[in-house]
Amino acid sequence: MSSSDTSAASAASARETTEGTVYTVTGGDWDEVVETAQRSDDERIIVNMGPQHPSTHGVLRLILEIDGETVTEARCGIGYLHTGIEKNLEYRNWTQGTTFVTRMDYLTPFFNETAYCLGVEKLLGIEDQIPDRASVIRVLLMELNRLSSHLVCVATGGMELGATTIMIYGFRDRELILDAFELITGLRMNHAYIRPGGLAQDLPPGAVDQIRELVKKLRKNLPEYDALATGNPIFKARMQDVGYLDLSGCMALGATGPVLRSTGLPHDLRKAQPYCGYETYDFEVPTADTCDSYGRFLIRLEEMRQSLRIVEQCLDRLQPGPVMVADKKIAWPAQLAMGPDGLGNSLDHIKKIMGTSMEALIHHFKLVTEGFRVPPGQAYAAVESPKGELGAHVVSDGGTRPFRVHFRDPSFTNLQAMAAMCEGGQVADVIVAVASLDPVMGGVDR
Amino acid sequence: MSDANGTAGEGVNPEKELSAENLPGQRGDGGEEIRVQRGMFGADNGGDTSGYGGLVRSVRLPGASNRPYGGWFDEVADELEGALEEQGLLPGNAIGKTVVDRGELTFHIEREHLVRVATTLRDDPALRFELCTGVSGVHYPNDKGRELHAVYHLRSITHNRLIRLEVGAPDGDPHIPSLVPVYPTNDWHERETYDFFGIVFDGHPALTRILMPDDWQGHPQRKDYPLGGIPVEYKGARIPAPDQRRSYS
Repeated sequence: MSSSDTSAASAASARETTEGTVYTVTGGDWDEVVETAQRSDDERIIVNMGPQHPSTHGVLRLILEIDGETVTEARCGIGYLHTGIEKNLEYRNWTQGTTFVTRMDYLTPFFNETAYCLGVEKLLGIEDQIPDRASVIRVLLMELNRLSSHLVCVATGGMELGATTIMIYGFRDRELILDAFELITGLRMNHAYIRPGGLAQDLPPGAVDQIRELVKKLRKNLPEYDALATGNPIFKARMQDVGYLDLSGCMALGATGPVLRSTGLPHDLRKAQPYCGYETYDFEVPTADTCDSYGRFLIRLEEMRQSLRIVEQCLDRLQPGPVMVADKKIAWPAQLAMGPDGLGNSLDHIKKIMGTSMEALIHHFKLVTEGFRVPPGQAYAAVESPKGELGAHVVSDGGTRPFRVHFRDPSFTNLQAMAAMCEGGQVADVIVAVASLDPVMGGVDR
Repeated sequence: MSDANGTAGEGVNPEKELSAENLPGQRGDGGEEIRVQRGMFGADNGGDTSGYGGLVRSVRLPGASNRPYGGWFDEVADELEGALEEQGLLPGNAIGKTVVDRGELTFHIEREHLVRVATTLRDDPALRFELCTGVSGVHYPNDKGRELHAVYHLRSITHNRLIRLEVGAPDGDPHIPSLVPVYPTNDWHERETYDFFGIVFDGHPALTRILMPDDWQGHPQRKDYPLGGIPVEYKGARIPAPDQRRSYS
């Protein structure tokens, strides 16, 4: 880089030191900035929205070029929440992987876990051996999770329009669902409950009753969102025809989920490429034909009702049985129980492996320290998350650790559509459009 | 790789003699070698005193499949080959190999023909893979001459199908044509793969880093890029950083 090059004045200059390369980042030349500003139209300014603005769904940075109230160009700056989960997975064994992937899109932990586990199970070739009870519980948790994710979307979306009541209602109902998750998995979020081969443990006593109670409460509460928002003229005025993206736009930009279904295409992986036995459940795929934020809102409301239907069907078909594959080379050997210092191995199990069976002890030790081996190859498993197609591309090199795991997160892909939805619209509509995409930065940045 | 009665220091491959169908990772001599495993416990500094240190095993990815592939796979392969022939392109030149594994169909595409193949897959009414779910990179340091792989999953909503395209590029010349003109959704996905693997997608409108900071050096998802980390103390014991722990692979 030549120092006489004036355009390079604002670029970071590099200097080699003993500690590595040091970059000196400086601002532009103020005289130049002022001069450029004077030459340009004084109504046209560039605004950074975020990364700390409360209406940007986490650390999302929107870079808007606005002319008066009109957005002429919109771009996203992402990466503020990048945590290197995909890299970290390569240094843990296959079972530990669920602990990481559950933290990707933190509003849809069970979907992340299921996509990952379905991929690993495909690599192992044990899809047919997953016990029915494990699949039913997976579906049950995923559908409850779909409700909680949609509730956050509706709640925060409402709050961004100034409707704080809907926000309070949404988080109230989500909290009920998280209580059920806490009872079942021990945690409100980041569960690591779904494991390759099945589940970490069975449902605890009282879980089915609590979920039945929960379904009853939600059936009572869900109409409140309709009453508050669906027919509300202010709500409709803010949402209708905002964030428009038609079918060809969705296809080109890879948008899936409610965004795609708001164009009238009933594409849902639960119907198109069923997994976990979804083909045996009775539910509808709601669509809208408005291609706008309001259509997506209505779809989310209807999907919540459909999810409740699926949850009820799950509860009805829960049969006692194992929740982990019978293959002892894969099934995690632990028997978890609540101890004085929290959840851990049950004392009975430890007594058995330490006291009576040396083979069981060796087996336990090998599985826990080494983990199981997965035959080399690659697999792609996709699930319909509340946001769209969540795909896990899982590669094994025959070892006890993933060789490569890539998540195709729907938030990441859908967020690309932000520019197409916002350019040419009003600044205030950017927030509505982004909210209708429902991006979660944990999933976008991973 | 040594033969069955390998000399000392060369190691012994037990699977030559064993009927090893049940051993994971055993694919005979077919497929593509991605790794040679030595010993059993991942220690390569003489720390493995178990007596298994001399084991040598070749780890292979599934190799090319022969016709018939089964199900709709043949239909897609026929249509694709026919459509490429119509455009005056020999299918054998564009499609390096076709792999059917675990119920999934993978076409390994030569990188110079990737855009043509993707356009055909998208536009041909009998193929119609209208949705691309993005690109994922994989770094195989031992796959000499094509260390970097870009993996695309294409979904056809019309026909309800999913296929995979895989393109390889050498470390020394990490260029793959961009699919953004065909599938605009790959814009961010290709930036991500560039960011993490250093694959340069020629023709991308603005190939910059997307998740790592702009002035980051190196491409973190490559296998030669260290994970980093510091040892932590837990109940008096010192637990090494994740990339310093023993690997059993």
